Amino acid sequence: MRNKILSISVFLFFSIVFVIFFKGLKETNIYTPDLDIKKEIPFFHAKDFYTGKKLNTSDIFKLNQTYLLNIWSSWCVPCRKEHPLLLSLNENKKINIIGMNYKDNKINAEKFLKELGNPYKRVFEDLEGTIAIEWGAYGVPETFLIYNNKIIRKYIGPLNLNIIEEIKLLIK
Amino acid sequence: MIYSLVGYYSLVLGLIVGLTLFYFSFKNFNNATILNSKILSFTFLQFFFVVISFLCLIFSFVVSDFSNETVFNNSHTTKPLFYKISGTWGNHEGSLLLWLLVLTFFIFIFLLKTKNQPIKYKILTLVFQQVIIIGFFIFLIKTSNPFNYLFPIPVEGLGLNPILQDPALAIHPPILYLGYVGSSIIFSSVLSATALKMISISWATHIKKWILTSWIFLTLGILLGSIWAYYELGWGGFWFWDPVENVSLMPWLALTTLLHCIMVLEKKNILSSWTIILSIATFTLSMCGTFLVRSGILNSVHTFANDPERGVFILIFLFILIFLSLFIFFFFHKDNEKNSNQFFWLSKETSILINNWFMMYFLSVVLIGTVYPIFLDVISSEKISVGPPFYHKLIIPFLIPFLLMMAIGPKLKWIKSDFENKFYLICLLLISIFLAYFILKSFNQKILINTILISSALYLFFITIRDFFVKKYKNLSQNISHFGFSLLILSILFNNLFSSEIITNLKVGETFENSKVNIYFESIDSKKSKNYDSIIANFIIRNSNGEKDKLSPELRIYNQPVIATSEADIKTSLISDKFIVVNLVQNQDYFNVRYQVKPLMMWIWISVILISFGGLISLIKKKS
Repeated sequence: MRNKILSISVFLFFSIVFVIFFKGLKETNIYTPDLDIKKEIPFFHAKDFYTGKKLNTSDIFKLNQTYLLNIWSSWCVPCRKEHPLLLSLNENKKINIIGMNYKDNKINAEKFLKELGNPYKRVFEDLEGTIAIEWGAYGVPETFLIYNNKIIRKYIGPLNLNIIEEIKLLIK
Repeated sequence: MIYSLVGYYSLVLGLIVGLTLFYFSFKNFNNATILNSKILSFTFLQFFFVVISFLCLIFSFVVSDFSNETVFNNSHTTKPLFYKISGTWGNHEGSLLLWLLVLTFFIFIFLLKTKNQPIKYKILTLVFQQVIIIGFFIFLIKTSNPFNYLFPIPVEGLGLNPILQDPALAIHPPILYLGYVGSSIIFSSVLSATALKMISISWATHIKKWILTSWIFLTLGILLGSIWAYYELGWGGFWFWDPVENVSLMPWLALTTLLHCIMVLEKKNILSSWTIILSIATFTLSMCGTFLVRSGILNSVHTFANDPERGVFILIFLFILIFLSLFIFFFFHKDNEKNSNQFFWLSKETSILINNWFMMYFLSVVLIGTVYPIFLDVISSEKISVGPPFYHKLIIPFLIPFLLMMAIGPKLKWIKSDFENKFYLICLLLISIFLAYFILKSFNQKILINTILISSALYLFFITIRDFFVKKYKNLSQNISHFGFSLLILSILFNNLFSSEIITNLKVGETFENSKVNIYFESIDSKKSKNYDSIIANFIIRNSNGEKDKLSPELRIYNQPVIATSEADIKTSLISDKFIVVNLVQNQDYFNVRYQVKPLMMWIWISVILISFGGLISLIKKKS
């Protein structure tokens, strides 16, 4: 009798393990940390891209304003693709687009903006990629929507038309 | 092209032979004498077909036949010949073909070498082994055919991941698989012995050789993987508690425990349930490892190609095997009650049993650490990752009684022992405690647990050394392995305690200096090789004793696929390793330099070799 109970419970246990593994297979295994939605923007120091002046968070981001922080680089191919979208979004006067130039070479970056146009109200440098880490970014391109010094949305990877529509809706 | 065709059809033929063997063995099971002569030749035939198929895949790689999808995905014409060949099993499809090769090879050798066992037992073992083999054939042909045809034929392949282009990694999979798959023979054999009710002393003697064989390969396989991680990944460590490493450690723990159980079974005919469960566990854990690695259910540094369909297949197959073996265990095995209660508290078998429980504890810690994140994710959608601190905190304290038991256990007699002539045991214990205390004190490390840990490891170390010189003592193989283990724990402990690290940014011509070391960044060279370009940074390192070393770490940019890797430069000596690795700081003249001094690294490798060498001696002794 004891043996029977034992055997049945062992079979049952392994059946449960099977079901859990089976379900586990269907789920994505990409571990994304929880999105820091509505989090305060981090405090940081940076250099202005054109003037070389030292900046900090409060110089760039003001309360009661909407900002779009875009992390970009001249060597990043998807950045080139999303660039026209940023230019078109720039026509909307309600939003201020800020660029974070990530691990880039200054000459190439300037050439990039000259060739494709400059949608940014302000660009600052992040040569070592440390500021991007403070923002919790994974790489380039990445875009943050900011209102009232809080991160409203975070878009990993290049922007597309759907995202642009969503941003336009949000800033209304 | 022609190789792919031949390879594919010999796989199909191998599957057909497998099915035939399975069917006829079942049909003629009660009239087994007819089969006796046939099974050997049929098994050889199957092995032969898999060899042909494997050779075809190797040839496809050697001649860079890009009409073959596997070759296209994992090779490139500029790769050196050595890595073209090793690329054969450096990918999913090829490595499964290797699994199959070893599976068929082992059953063939098993039938060839097993002479004094009943025919029915041999045939039943073959049947169980064929279940596994057929499962793998279908898996290979259906979900991961290594001979998929590509048209139009690409001109160039995609190349092999550069971190896999390393000599240690070229032989690591075959050796590890010999260990993994060797456990399949133990699995089949234990199932058939249970079903035929012939778990006995003579069976234990017979299967012990197989346990030893796969144990030696598994130990060496893990060692090679660890060496690869140390030299190639450039993180300066040898074990990261990564899921993929854990899945190789788990079968090892189960197999090591099994090895000790089988010795008790061989001497006293007890612990038969332990033996059966551990044999099943070893193989299912190996399979489970394949499942976890190949299905992509886990997130790991080992970036293998993942495919959920494959995962489902292995999962179902794995659980069929688990349920089959549980069924056999519960319905055929009756534990011999008479023998099992005869444990005297002070005897060799009791000490083995105690350490078996410790091993089971270590195994469950590793198992939970590896699998629990998956469970949590499914049940509560919460993602966690389990890191080294979890394992260290749960395992290290329990190593102390484990080591002491390892030292004392072999000194005890079977059945019943006493304390006569055991005075030296206490003396050695005191010496080890004092020694550990003074070592730590002189280096200003005051933590109590370190003293206890080091003294228990030293204790095992001294006792095994003493035994090498005692003439009466006969169990040389056991002594070497236990000695190796004490050395391993000691080296790991000292390595952890006395490692030092410097991280800094340097330009060419600059110097970093502190009280112990002076790092001078001398120059940069660049070099072009067949499959990569590299930047070599030359450093001159002087330590406080005035010793001077020249170290030249590299940054490599591989051309196919374009991946940058940093190659550490390591100066190895018996006492310590000097490890330096550089990384580029984007678009600046500075290099990020990481310099580490790691004492006794060499001894970690040596001690693991010693552990498996003990197994080898035991195996050779058995044969003569």
